[in-house]
Amino acid sequence: MNIQFRENSEAASPLTTKTAIADCDIHPARATRTELYPYLAKRWQHHLEVYGVHAYQGMMEGPPYPKAQPNASRRDAYPPEGGPQGSSLSFMQKQLLDPNNVQLGVLNPLNTGQGIRNHELSAALCSAINDWQIDKWTSKDKRLKASIVVGNEDGLSAAAEIRERAGDKNFVQVLLLSRNVEPLGQRRYWPIYQAAEEAGLPVGVHAFGFGGNPITPSGWPSYYIEEMVGHSQCQQSALASLVLEGVFERFPKLKMVMIEAGFGWAPSLAWRLDKVWQRLRSEVPHVKRPPSEYIREQVWWTTQPMEDPERREDLFDVINWIGWDRLLFATDYPHWDYDEPSRVLPAGVSEANRSAFYLGNAKQLYGIA
Amino acid sequence: MARHVIAAVDELPPGTRKFLEIDGRPIAVFNIKGEYFGLMNRCPHQGAALCEGPLIGLAQSRDPGEIEYTKLGEIIRCPWHGWEFDIRTGQSYCDPRRFRVKAYPAHVEPGASVVKGPYVAETIAVKVESDYVVVEL
Repeated sequence: MNIQFRENSEAASPLTTKTAIADCDIHPARATRTELYPYLAKRWQHHLEVYGVHAYQGMMEGPPYPKAQPNASRRDAYPPEGGPQGSSLSFMQKQLLDPNNVQLGVLNPLNTGQGIRNHELSAALCSAINDWQIDKWTSKDKRLKASIVVGNEDGLSAAAEIRERAGDKNFVQVLLLSRNVEPLGQRRYWPIYQAAEEAGLPVGVHAFGFGGNPITPSGWPSYYIEEMVGHSQCQQSALASLVLEGVFERFPKLKMVMIEAGFGWAPSLAWRLDKVWQRLRSEVPHVKRPPSEYIREQVWWTTQPMEDPERREDLFDVINWIGWDRLLFATDYPHWDYDEPSRVLPAGVSEANRSAFYLGNAKQLYGIA
Repeated sequence: MARHVIAAVDELPPGTRKFLEIDGRPIAVFNIKGEYFGLMNRCPHQGAALCEGPLIGLAQSRDPGEIEYTKLGEIIRCPWHGWEFDIRTGQSYCDPRRFRVKAYPAHVEPGASVVKGPYVAETIAVKVESDYVVVEL
């Protein structure tokens, strides 16, 4: 590799904002393959060594990375002490939290044990990840808050994990992925929504997952760039399912966060849903109100990736439909499509909206004083 | 235009780069197969330290299925978002209309002329018998 770094390459860009912000999508990584073992029963350590994990999705031989950059991450995010990007708290503090004045950082660990065929193993790995998030991250830096990772394909064990963590201030949301075995509104996932609603925790739906289905509705694509844009198609299906299966009607206090799938498509999806709902309402009589109403009342959106149209007015039109109170700023650190806080919002946004966008909405949604 | 001596030629062999700050500006100077190029070390897109990225070639295609890979080692790829810039010109291959990274002329001067000036050479011990990489800023 012909990569060379400056000696002070951990220093942030000189253009960072000093305004306090929330970062609602940070990806902590494990430094070693066995870093979770202290949180796993011997039985599961043994299982992993002998049998490994058995995912729903084929083509998992080797990691699905690099994608665009090593580990799909910024090339300047390798911790000086070694290990993959995102695996060092001190380096994360130095590169992300301190220079950007991050007041609240929401952790969304990936590759956790979700989407594994052996549901007991899936539950054990998710629980281990949750313990690890407290031990390694949230107990060591009060700015960081964790997401409860759950064995998503088994609604009952997932709900049990949520109930066990409910009330623990280390956690601020439940984490699901967009690509599951079935669309997210289906009954098998309802115990998750019920437990989350009872616990008063939003459910974050992060792009990705290995549910065994192609990312596009028309099959497996050839290129990574198709996967990148496929995330929003995937998220649209998940959201339509949540609305049309009646999840929002059944759990009216449930709050969902759409993470890392864009938001420019939200108005058109809602418009399409409303239009067909007017004609086909009797098929889904449990959907009592126009779909757009549920979406606008119960859905929040993280900003990375943010649509970047040529005319900033087009972006403002979309946000005005969604609501300036519904967007949660996110960097996606340490991943390569990271958004720099000082560069994402065009000029022409009022101070009140900027402050809601960067911090206020997140503090309110996640209940951070 | 001030001229800055930034390294003795021996310190910057082909395939290497040197990071420095001149007049508060982050700069990187590259030796590409014996030619020297200076670039602003800041991506015009979102401000990453552009010059820490890998040096790659330029993939181009006239028709689907036909790929030409040229300019090997002459394209810098941003460590964050992968935007590609030509080291020789600072031109962007992602959005050449709107984005260009500032390029600074860099070349080699013999020690005898460096000693005569006008150069700024604060950190380099200059010897008359050596050659030096000089950046114009």
